[in-house]
Amino acid sequence: MTDSTSAASQTQAEKVFVEALRKGDEAAYERLVRTYVGPLQSVARRYLRNEEDARDVVQDAFASVVRSIDRFEGESKLSTWLHRIVVNAALMKLRTQRRKPEESIDDLLPGFLEDGHQREPASEWAQSASRALERKEIRERVRDSIGQLPEGYRMVLMLRDMDGYDTDQTAELLGIQRGAVKTRLHRARQALRGLLDPHMRDEVA
Amino acid sequence: MVDLTCRELIEFLGEYFEGGLPSENRAVFEAHIGICPPCKAYLENYRDTVDLVSGACEDLEASVPEEVPEALVQAILKARKAASRP
Ligand SMILES: [Zn+2]
Repeated sequence: MTDSTSAASQTQAEKVFVEALRKGDEAAYERLVRTYVGPLQSVARRYLRNEEDARDVVQDAFASVVRSIDRFEGESKLSTWLHRIVVNAALMKLRTQRRKPEESIDDLLPGFLEDGHQREPASEWAQSASRALERKEIRERVRDSIGQLPEGYRMVLMLRDMDGYDTDQTAELLGIQRGAVKTRLHRARQALRGLLDPHMRDEVA
Repeated sequence: MVDLTCRELIEFLGEYFEGGLPSENRAVFEAHIGICPPCKAYLENYRDTVDLVSGACEDLEASVPEEVPEALVQAILKARKAASRP
């Protein structure tokens, strides 16, 4: 999702396709919708965790594609551009819904003794991340654990570590300072490490 | 950053991981990791956590295209027709 990986990666076929979209070609639009609606729906679901909201956001996103296709510069891939539109729409939806104050993440952070040592010293995990990810129950466990993080932390973690946005992009998408992105990311990773630790520590049959 | 406690090390871990620590601090950090197994384990767990997050949803997004949600497709196409009507 960073500019260096997406730069200059737009293919000739995609250019032709985008040109058709700009001209209002209905068949091209239908092809766009059919190609991307599924993946974009699962992105929206991840952020919103509510089926109806996710559908609304995907619909809004395609409506905004129609309005803004002229502004699509082609310095990124179409899929990258669409991804960002959906993420933006999902974040906007969350912002309008947010009513309760942010929960604290402190209970999920590691504890320390007076002398600065870890209260529960970390130990090596029984398996590497890549091995663990081969197992469906681990992937589900990771997703569940991410879901336990307070929303402001969950958003930063997903934008940075799941969707590959960099610190500046994340700050812009969330409307917060770069420093806040860094702090929240570090805390979110620590909290998640703590939640996963009991499951990753044991060699599971 | 001469004598780093485990607490301080873990506080700096985010910066270290992102490559943001100045080289002299980096050296102190790495010296601590070299002699403190719990902090070494914490660093490895942290790295694995980041990898777990990046891989945790790949299967979901990869497995979607076979099933296009037809009702949603129709709603999107209809919305556009309605919008483009004068
Ligand atoms: Zn230590």
